[in-house]
Amino acid sequence: MSIALDTLSVGQEIGSATIEVSRADLVRYAGASGDFNPIHWNGRFADQVGLPGVIAHGMFTMGAAVQVVTDWIGDPGAIVDYQTRFTKPVVVEDVDGPGARIEVTGAVGAIDEANGTVRVDLTVTAAGQKVLVKAQAVVRTR
Amino acid sequence: MSEHAGVNPDLAGRVYPAGETYTVGRETIREFARAVKATHPAHFDVEAARSLGYRDLLAPPTFAIIIAQRADAQLVQDPAAGIDFSRVVHAEQRFVHHRPIVAGDELVAELHVDQVRAMGGGAMITTRAEISTVDGDKAATTTSSILVRGEGQ
Repeated sequence: MSIALDTLSVGQEIGSATIEVSRADLVRYAGASGDFNPIHWNGRFADQVGLPGVIAHGMFTMGAAVQVVTDWIGDPGAIVDYQTRFTKPVVVEDVDGPGARIEVTGAVGAIDEANGTVRVDLTVTAAGQKVLVKAQAVVRTR
Repeated sequence: MSEHAGVNPDLAGRVYPAGETYTVGRETIREFARAVKATHPAHFDVEAARSLGYRDLLAPPTFAIIIAQRADAQLVQDPAAGIDFSRVVHAEQRFVHHRPIVAGDELVAELHVDQVRAMGGGAMITTRAEISTVDGDKAATTTSSILVRGEGQ
């Protein structure tokens, strides 16, 4: 939107959030995305394939983490490029209420004055471990 | 098991042509937005979307994964590919948006297998879905890397 590039500096924090995740959230994401892989809802299956438990869809975490960028820029359509690597699974416990908490912090990673874009680097952790690496969103500022 | 975890290394360079048209619906956008806990009004309220210059409800930044994974299914389910889906882990994902995806769009995806490489005892497969409108306007390019785990991975 109308963020003045000359007011930004690399490393500046743009926002942070805690995302609470329950088993119901994974079922909702499975339905909305069409990804019904049982590792995201069936504990027995997750055990059989050697996972530490039912894990969140990587795409759930990626999709939810970008909200801090949307909140900052004010227009989700300004996010023109968004990428990540998935490094650790987010284990979602079978409990009443949140079974995992994902912590997200965004910071200015690079400023491209010529193209009017800013790269926001996201730090995304769960249970003290980085679950996304090289999570970067490029936003158009004009 | 081979060094590619049974995956056919000759897949690289293969192109799966655009399949069925995917029509982007308002309720689908709303449901997807709720599912990723996206709260911006442009995903829910048509007037809010229009006030930002969009023709209709705006899809969230990762919405195109629905279309990309439908395209990927052509590869994963291709018996000639040799992919054991129960051993697949999503390793990397990227979305490049050429224009916003909004409700009412009719989209198709052409799937390119860009790379197949051995990794440990498994295989890393990188695919690219070129998503465009049925009229041929480029909408988004999604790139996905999946790891097919080998024995002991």
